[in-house]
Amino acid sequence: MGVALTRAAQWTTASSGTGKLEITPVNESLLKEILEFVEQFSSRHPQEAKHVFKEPLQWTTSLEASDFKTEYDISGPAVKSQETDRDGHPMLQLTPPSISVHSFSQLSKIVQLATDKKLKEVRACLEGKPCQPQNETLHPICILNSQSCILPISHRHHLFVLLQLDTQLLSNSLKQISQEVRLSPAAVKNDVELLKSFCSEGEKRVLTSVQYTSDYEFTNGCRTPPWRQVHGEICYLVIKPCDTQPLHITCSTAGVFLNGENAYDRTSDVYRDLVTLLKSKSPHFAENINKQDFAVQEEPPTQKVQHVELVDAEEQGQPQRSYEHQEKNVHEKARQQLVQNKPGGKKKLEPSLKWKNLGLASPYDEADDKKSKKNAVSEKFAEAQEKMQKKADVSVSSLPGRQSSNKTKTPGGVGGADDFSESSSESEEDEEQPERRTESNTDLPSEYWQIQKLVKYLKGGNQTATVIALCSMRDFNLAQETCQLAIRDVGGLEVLINLLDTEEIKCKIGSLKILKEISRNSQIRRAIADLGGLQTMVKILDSPDKDLKYLAAETIANVAKFRRARRTVRQHGGIMRLVELLDCVPDSAALTEEQEKDVEVARCGALALWSCSKSTRNKEAIRKAGGIPLLARLLKSPHENMLIPVVGTLQECASERSYRIAIQTEGMIEDLVKNLNCDNHELQMHCASAIFKCAEDKRTRDLVRQCEGLQPLVTLLSQADNKQLLAATTGAIWKCSISMENVDYKALETLVGLLTDQPEEVLVNVVGALGEGAQKPANRATIRKCGGIQPLVNLLTGTNQALLVNVTKAVGACATELENMTIIDRLDGVRLLWSLLKNPNPDVQASAAWAICPCIENAKDSGEMVRSFVGGLELIVNLLKSTNKEVLASVCAAIAKIAKDEENLAVITDHGVVPMLAKLTNTLLLGMMGSTDEVLQEAAAGCVANIRRLALANEKARYG
Amino acid sequence: MAEMSAMNRKLIQNLAETLSKQVKHFNKTEAECLIRLFNGLLGDQSDRRVGNGLDRGKFRNILHNTFGMTDDMIMDRVFRAFDKDNDSYVSVKEWIEGLSIFLRGTLDEKIKYCFDVYDLNGDGYISREEMFHMLKNSLIRQPTEEDPDEGIKDLVEITLKKMDHDHDSRLSYADFEKAVRDENLLLEAFGTCLPDAKVTIEVKIVKTV
Repeated sequence: MGVALTRAAQWTTASSGTGKLEITPVNESLLKEILEFVEQFSSRHPQEAKHVFKEPLQWTTSLEASDFKTEYDISGPAVKSQETDRDGHPMLQLTPPSISVHSFSQLSKIVQLATDKKLKEVRACLEGKPCQPQNETLHPICILNSQSCILPISHRHHLFVLLQLDTQLLSNSLKQISQEVRLSPAAVKNDVELLKSFCSEGEKRVLTSVQYTSDYEFTNGCRTPPWRQVHGEICYLVIKPCDTQPLHITCSTAGVFLNGENAYDRTSDVYRDLVTLLKSKSPHFAENINKQDFAVQEEPPTQKVQHVELVDAEEQGQPQRSYEHQEKNVHEKARQQLVQNKPGGKKKLEPSLKWKNLGLASPYDEADDKKSKKNAVSEKFAEAQEKMQKKADVSVSSLPGRQSSNKTKTPGGVGGADDFSESSSESEEDEEQPERRTESNTDLPSEYWQIQKLVKYLKGGNQTATVIALCSMRDFNLAQETCQLAIRDVGGLEVLINLLDTEEIKCKIGSLKILKEISRNSQIRRAIADLGGLQTMVKILDSPDKDLKYLAAETIANVAKFRRARRTVRQHGGIMRLVELLDCVPDSAALTEEQEKDVEVARCGALALWSCSKSTRNKEAIRKAGGIPLLARLLKSPHENMLIPVVGTLQECASERSYRIAIQTEGMIEDLVKNLNCDNHELQMHCASAIFKCAEDKRTRDLVRQCEGLQPLVTLLSQADNKQLLAATTGAIWKCSISMENVDYKALETLVGLLTDQPEEVLVNVVGALGEGAQKPANRATIRKCGGIQPLVNLLTGTNQALLVNVTKAVGACATELENMTIIDRLDGVRLLWSLLKNPNPDVQASAAWAICPCIENAKDSGEMVRSFVGGLELIVNLLKSTNKEVLASVCAAIAKIAKDEENLAVITDHGVVPMLAKLTNTLLLGMMGSTDEVLQEAAAGCVANIRRLALANEKARYG
Repeated sequence: MAEMSAMNRKLIQNLAETLSKQVKHFNKTEAECLIRLFNGLLGDQSDRRVGNGLDRGKFRNILHNTFGMTDDMIMDRVFRAFDKDNDSYVSVKEWIEGLSIFLRGTLDEKIKYCFDVYDLNGDGYISREEMFHMLKNSLIRQPTEEDPDEGIKDLVEITLKKMDHDHDSRLSYADFEKAVRDENLLLEAFGTCLPDAKVTIEVKIVKTV
């Protein structure tokens, strides 16, 4: 609690001696948390609650003697608790307006007594004056913080209770804290500009001066040296107030604080912003700031709003600055206005732009700077190096155009309806990314500087220098995040992407080789997409140079890991071009060098399609571009590295019916089965997934059997360590098991062995397969003999809904066998099934109700058993109120079985089953009887028969 | 006249036959094409003397116009590489030999050729000084910098770090070869001295027409 309170809670300035909790959302929620904790403390931790504090908590209360009831001695306005400590001192003492409390149990009681004043009391308690002012540690917060003060030493171990609360409080408020306390360079800059405006002469003067210690501003808006930037420090300021010494201030993302003037150390508390700090340090400032015409005093409470606007400020801030000295680019202005004109609501869709401007807007200034510099020296170069510089020129001048084309691709732009076209199967790998690099590396490594230098050479070099710089850059460990972000931070991505637009093949190749590596980082991927890199790479796919082709495709494969990128690839004709890359002849034994390159091009094309195929529209586009026969041909390749992306794409696309049909009709099942026998787990997994998705179709299941695919699948079950592979394999077996011919003894035996200690995604499939298998009597016996009934029944207590649907089905199928039923009965399986009727998921309800039917039929004394479930009959009758047809059908079927027992029939009649069924008959049952689903028909008809029987029974009871 | 050209054709065919046996990568027809091209280029030459060939200026024009080369020093070096007998003229045989590497050369041949181009003094090593000389125009100089050559010097160091495997501060042929094999992009590390892929394709098209 101590940590949370001192760090998270927002205290007003401590100048007056006592801290006051400010009224802010953070504090509000903290208080509520604490209140809840205190309220429940004595019931949750009765033992701890009784411990006597070494020093009482004291505060000024608003409670009066009349608020106290029993357990208290009231004498006039004063109150004492009847509960005392060992020495006879009362645990609570009230002498209005002051109150002192010695234990948590009393604290809880007060909170309960205070009713609607609860929050106020907790606040007052936390703000409470130290009882012995000379001893700082006795401030209530400190009491709660320094454990030895509050509890006898011997009971310290109980303090985990308090520590738990602390952790909970911290995590709860962390979100808000991180939202509200973190500053950005733009926010600081705004503040500084504002404060500077207060430095005017005359009456209104609030400050003498405000100065940065450094005039140099990095392109990300920081003015601190880079090795301090990693600590989040934004800039250093010297502010001279009118009434005190100059203040040396550090502004960091965590807040602002005083520094040691010549050292970076913090010498004061951290304040949220400059105004708050100045208010606390300069009374003159605090007094006069409110007199300003500006609405500064409103700032602290409206901070949230201010932060929303921040994005806006940053977006405009960077480009504007570059216009001060460069006014040529009309494109830019248009873009800027476009951004401004965007309705506020859409802005929320562009989180990426914020960091883009922090890190990426940089090349703007540099590019423009460079351009002007270059104009000065250009004459010298113009003649001799005209041709040589073509590349450099392109890299500079293409920027505005690139940006203007880029603007149309920002989310909320043209995309329109497309935005939501993605398939549900896709996982959005990296929609969110942390804004700043993790501050784990305390010092910038030397790589950072070396990369920065290389980027400089890329920017200002001819083809030869560029190639050398590119090759040298590849010697860094580009898999390392430091290097990836170093390239981005110094504007390297823009240069690399601009190189792709030049005519220089070597530069393009070198650039792609780097982009290919660093695009493994999700932040880089986004930056590449933001900079329009995908459009350029899609164009490169048309190049006659094979190296360029495959490198571009491979990079696209890496970048297109998120939805927007995949859409961009499609919208720029990328899918069609990628499909074209697949067109090569892979199966000749000895390949020439050129053919090998063709194969590599096709492989990378498949990789890119694999990434793209996670979006539904792209699956469609691949099909339309004629991708399926090409994939089918590549599926015959003997190379695993080719097969993995090809099968990966196929299994991804197999979520679409058109692909499933094609996989079946173009003979791909055979190849998929063949590859199940390879020794590459990844490939096996994709093959199994493809079969899993396709085998809903009977013809496909037959094909798998005819191709002898079942044996390898069962063999793969022994790879129990690779859970992904196991999930895919069991999935394929499940779907294949729908055809009875596909189930054999050995498979069932192995599957039963997988019923325990497996992750849920495996269990769902295993149980699904057993459920299908158990449709056949012989298999039901096999499952029992292998000991499968018990683990199945045990799984009925799970929570995974997909798993529950399959488990109930399997248990139900097993229950049709008398011997199985005996075991289920013994394990109390019917009760477990029954309780699943309470599950909120209608699929689970229905599946459980279906499973209950054979149980009632086969259990001994089933009538007695059903009656023994307290409230069970009422529960199932009430399910007739469901709106889900499957639930209704299954419940009707179950009721039909229940009603065979006369006593139970009487009970459900009491619960009003007759009118409910009658109502259903009119509306639903008749429809169901006419349905094409035989099971449904039968159940509905059975129900109607029951209703008739019920009505007859009723009549008999009444008149007979 | 017709007789002349018939005789000429016969001569060219014989020459092509001979050369296509001596030089790799070209068949007789191709060699014949290239000889005609050579003769065509030679025809424009005002100072035409039998037995010589393309002089430096003429050859540089071809390098610039056809193969898109720009660096004067490198073009001089390419001329030297073509002119194997050092007589300041590229003969028809040297022309075909040179083009066989230019257009059809294997990686090995190209490595050898490029190394020869870059080894300015022909001592078998590319020294720091030679690198500096070749790279000195490769960066835009920042007038603000104290030492305008600093960037170039640094570039030389980067190159050495990348390619000097035996750490003797110069590139031997072995160093160069290994570096290029590891990373083909380094083949023309010190300046463009081969036609780029695009040109090669164009030339192919020209020839087939």
